[in-house]
Amino acid sequence: MKYMTEFRNFAAAQALSRELHSLCTGIKEIKIMEVCGGHTAAIFKYGLRDLLPPNIRLMSGPGCPVCVTSNSFLDYAMALSREPDVIIASFGDLLRVPGSHSTLLAEKSKGGDIRICYSSLDALELARKNPSKKIVFLGIGFETTAPTVAAAIKRAEAEGLKNFLVLSAFKTMPEAMKALLQSGELALNAFICPGHVSVVTGLRIYDFIARDFKTPCVVTGFEPLDLLQAILMIVRQLKDGRSTVENQYTRAALPLGNPAAQALLNEIFAPSDVEWRGLGVIPGSGLGISDAYQAFDAQKVIPLQLEPAREQPGCICGSIMRGVKVPTECKLFAKACNPENPKGSCMVSDEGNCATYYKYARNSRTTVIENEAGTS
Amino acid sequence: MNIELKSEKLSPQITLAHGNGGKLTHDLIRSMFVTAFSAEALSAEALSNDALSELADSARLKLPEGEIVFTTDSHVVNPLFFPGGDIGKLAVCGTLNDLAVMGAKPLYLSCALIIEEGFETALLKKIIDSMAEAARQNGVRIVTGDTKVVEKGAADKLFINTAGIGVVLPGAPKGLKSFQAGDAVLVSGSLGDHGIAIYAGREGISLQTDLQSDCACIFPLVEIALKICPELRIMRDPTRGGLATTLNEFVQGGRFGIELDERSLPIRDEVRGVCEILGFDPLYVANEGKLVLVLPQTSAPAVLEALKLHPLGRKAAAIGRLTERAPGRVYLKTDIGGERVLDMLVGDMLPRIC
Repeated sequence: MKYMTEFRNFAAAQALSRELHSLCTGIKEIKIMEVCGGHTAAIFKYGLRDLLPPNIRLMSGPGCPVCVTSNSFLDYAMALSREPDVIIASFGDLLRVPGSHSTLLAEKSKGGDIRICYSSLDALELARKNPSKKIVFLGIGFETTAPTVAAAIKRAEAEGLKNFLVLSAFKTMPEAMKALLQSGELALNAFICPGHVSVVTGLRIYDFIARDFKTPCVVTGFEPLDLLQAILMIVRQLKDGRSTVENQYTRAALPLGNPAAQALLNEIFAPSDVEWRGLGVIPGSGLGISDAYQAFDAQKVIPLQLEPAREQPGCICGSIMRGVKVPTECKLFAKACNPENPKGSCMVSDEGNCATYYKYARNSRTTVIENEAGTS
Repeated sequence: MNIELKSEKLSPQITLAHGNGGKLTHDLIRSMFVTAFSAEALSAEALSNDALSELADSARLKLPEGEIVFTTDSHVVNPLFFPGGDIGKLAVCGTLNDLAVMGAKPLYLSCALIIEEGFETALLKKIIDSMAEAARQNGVRIVTGDTKVVEKGAADKLFINTAGIGVVLPGAPKGLKSFQAGDAVLVSGSLGDHGIAIYAGREGISLQTDLQSDCACIFPLVEIALKICPELRIMRDPTRGGLATTLNEFVQGGRFGIELDERSLPIRDEVRGVCEILGFDPLYVANEGKLVLVLPQTSAPAVLEALKLHPLGRKAAAIGRLTERAPGRVYLKTDIGGERVLDMLVGDMLPRIC
């Protein structure tokens, strides 16, 4: 319980805010991206931008698993749901994300056997109970979720469950961060990196970003004081002319991460090229199912030929995910696109940039200032 | 085992015949409902309940002079029994609260039951007794009712509808139109207790706490506020959708917004903890025994002090104010000193909470 009071303490937050203001006096604008949707949600929930000096710009990145899921992946999942004897098992959020022509929720109402589950272990249970069906678990997320699915595949293998399949769209963060830096669209100065990813991976995964791109990375927890401290660490690095990977989240993330989880990931998955909504195909940024576990790979077991995916007209989720635009710049935002009737993926998940803006910052000072400043 | 009720005997389970209007229906009404809701049962305040004992098709009521308020509410809570209450107490208090927040003294209730075939008679008796007890404590009479039994699977155990009548008291709130900039927003106690108590009971989360639903009739608090402040703007009980939804309803489409101080919100540690784990926001979680008031800033300290002296209002707090800055919006000054919008609830966070 302590973190609910101590890591949200008013006096400590105000002290950090004052220190940031004094450190940032007279320096030029610093652009920091929080890549993780969990961080974006925390920043808005606590109104944290109000505590920052005006020359610190926080930009929201592509780290919400539902948001970065491509239409081609969703189209494949929906096509699978129309195959005989297939049950789709998915996290609930994903059901509402529009693909090229439909949503999984609409397919479900048309009779597709699509079940909501809370973990890959629920999907395993479905496989045990329905031996004559093929259970396809929709594997989305980052290094945080992937180990649990790897464990489920291991368990299925041990139990001889041959009807448990995974459609994998798992992604890893560092390659996407590199792609954002290489695009040159943003002129970013630093990254706030997700703490829970490093609980699994450790800190070294960002070394090349800090070294080759001279962009500081701070691994950060999810409470408001975590974020304020991380921003302070970033500003200090920039003022000192340093660029290293630092760990703010020392209470949970170890330098080498969780070796058991890493070993499991390396055994079950192999780096693959994967499509990110808004960023396109990023080489080596995916976790495909490795050759040794092909029997669990839905794409290998049930290969389908699909028409090329198409994007929702007017939706700018892609630009929003790259940090090039903010949600309030989208013509559909809070009009045709809202949480009850989302047109794009960013409006669906609780951690989606558009859903966060809708919930916490519609017509607020933050969005007015952002729109006046422009973002690109 | 048969249940002994007065001289009649009822079978251990409710059957379709208990709802068909024939002898068994009559027996059930006479032996259980009339007994529980009758004058004897309500004798603590020596209330006569002639309206019910006649068993006519309608109740004939004597109403005092003045304006009458009338409301209805259906209760489908799951589970039927929860820490701090049950569907019976909830069905009485819920409707009484809807009357009370209009600045009215509740007088009469109806009680309509939809029972699933096979429901245990002993549980039904427990629930009916709980309704009678809640009515007795609050000095109201249950004067008419209806009983339907549906086939197994056609309803989930038991649903209760209550309608209520009350008489408007002097000084009743004038409503949204009386809002003025700077008006204070008060809440009578800790937020989110009911929703979280129900949810924890339902999902089998074993809380190491005695967290209970706040299910209670808030008329005593209303009476206190009316006595002290003749210029109450509005009162509401923040049930489904929680405080956030109630406050948004206050300002939607109007000339004012509300500025709320997160640090002043009374929320129990247990509620905060469960919300944190499950990803809920306590400001959207249902309450069943809380009062939200908007009143002139000048009367706020006196009303707050008086509320705190009543057992139901011990944790009352001043939580915010009306402002002209952003009409139609509720803003939250956060724990760390930032600010964000507090929107209406989108979607259904906890179904069948009341």
